[in-house]
Amino acid sequence: MELVTPAFGLVFWMSITFLTVLLLLKKFAWKPILNMIKEREESIEKALSSAEKAKNEMASLKASNEKILSDAKLERDALLKEARELKESMINEAKGKASAEADKIVAAARETIANEKLAAITELKNQVATLSIEVAEKVLRQSLANDEKQKAYVKQLLDEVKLN
Amino acid sequence: MTNKFNTFRTFLAGISLFLALTVVNSPLFSQTHESDSLVSNHVDTVVAEEHHGAEAHPEEGPKKFDAGKLISEHIADAHDWHIMGEGEHSVAVPLPIIVYSSERGLDVFMSSNFSHGHKTYKGYRLKENKIVAVNEMESIDAHEATVNEALTAELYDISITKNTATLFFSLALLLYVMITVAKAYARNPGKAPKGLQSFVEPLIIFIRDDIAKASIGKKYEKFMPYLLTVFFFILINNLLGLIPIIPGGANLTGNIAITMTLAVLTFIITSINGTKHYWMHIVAMPGVPKWVLLLLTPIEILGVFLRPFVLMIRLFANITAGHIIALSFFSLIFIFGEIHTGAGLGVSVVSVAFTVFMGFLEILVAFLQAYVFTLLSSIYFGAAVEDSHHDTHDHDAHVEEAAII
Repeated sequence: MELVTPAFGLVFWMSITFLTVLLLLKKFAWKPILNMIKEREESIEKALSSAEKAKNEMASLKASNEKILSDAKLERDALLKEARELKESMINEAKGKASAEADKIVAAARETIANEKLAAITELKNQVATLSIEVAEKVLRQSLANDEKQKAYVKQLLDEVKLN
Repeated sequence: MTNKFNTFRTFLAGISLFLALTVVNSPLFSQTHESDSLVSNHVDTVVAEEHHGAEAHPEEGPKKFDAGKLISEHIADAHDWHIMGEGEHSVAVPLPIIVYSSERGLDVFMSSNFSHGHKTYKGYRLKENKIVAVNEMESIDAHEATVNEALTAELYDISITKNTATLFFSLALLLYVMITVAKAYARNPGKAPKGLQSFVEPLIIFIRDDIAKASIGKKYEKFMPYLLTVFFFILINNLLGLIPIIPGGANLTGNIAITMTLAVLTFIITSINGTKHYWMHIVAMPGVPKWVLLLLTPIEILGVFLRPFVLMIRLFANITAGHIIALSFFSLIFIFGEIHTGAGLGVSVVSVAFTVFMGFLEILVAFLQAYVFTLLSSIYFGAAVEDSHHDTHDHDAHVEEAAII
């Protein structure tokens, strides 16, 4: 029976000391510990959410980067295409210009040739004329002696010249 | 799993109770009748020993080994902290005796003055571990003193007994450990716990999240200091009780005075915090026909007192049973040893093996009982502070489930 009869002394000491310790622990241990744990949990929570945010930001950044890259690629392609076209058009233009120039040169050359030919012909004519005058002079000098012969010679010369 | 374990535990408790009763029964009954003759026998033995000398003691074997006395002495409180030996040769730490009576006033002296119950001192003697007032004021032989019944009845004994000393020690330990941990938190805030912190923190978080938050709800913070203190107090004392040598070995959480104080505290906190809704559910359960209330209200009112009562008994019985089991197995060695030395040695192997096994089980029980007391307290608090619109069936189920443990 003694086992299940609460002893007065023990109840007395237990009540006093347990309540004292309860108050002391509440003030000096449980409050700071619980607050610290809570604070730490909150900071961990915050860190996790900010990490999540950073991750999302990274993802959006990556997406925008990709967009920029693809835009750049498109632009590059367009530029290349334009350049190619420009090159071709330039080549074509150059080709046209060159052929026109060549035509012009050829035409000029032809003109020059024609002019030169004309000049040469004129000169030739002049020389022929001069020659014929010289010939005529020589003939005239030779045939002055013989009338008959002079006449025959003039005739012969005239026949020769008629060729032109 | 818990259910399976509980069945097993009940089974073990049953076995141990049976064991304890068979061992304890006859001597316990005879003890009360024969206590005086036993003591006088003892005195004769002491006188005989003085003639024969100390070495004659084992051969003489004048006293038979009394397992019941041994066990009941170990699980009960004492006025000195027994370490080894028995009778005159025992080695024990004397503890202060503090007694008060309106007639004689306050008396404070060490328990060694009683010389293990053989002498009176300042008009008191030690009888079966209790302070008894005697008429003779001078120090005389205890058996010649006459008991002053009237004074004994009104005596206030607030001595520092073995259990009180353990109480002080465990509370000091609790304070030291928890304030050290709190300082560690203050020293490196926001960092991962280290050392003692990492042992205490999971338990604190477990109590907060799985006990307080789960069974009290939003208002849990108010009850946290009490729940944490109760949990760690019970845990430390359960574990200290498993240590056989000083400063452990006292059966503090297996003492009805301690468990009663704890249960009364839980009862007071529950009652103070009880909402109108809580009391209405006890006095007149809403939505129940009037004639059923005639039956229900007395049951509910009984339940209010029964809950802390069961809290008190559960912790007391579980821890005391653990102590009885260990002591019973060790007693078996000496009971068999008295029959034959070889039998005692043979049994000792089994006893030690089984006690080691029980020791591990008791460590589990130490945690489990601390958990159960804290959980049930918080369930009662939860029921007391519950909002009116909340569904009560969930809690009732909880209470019933937990009450089985």
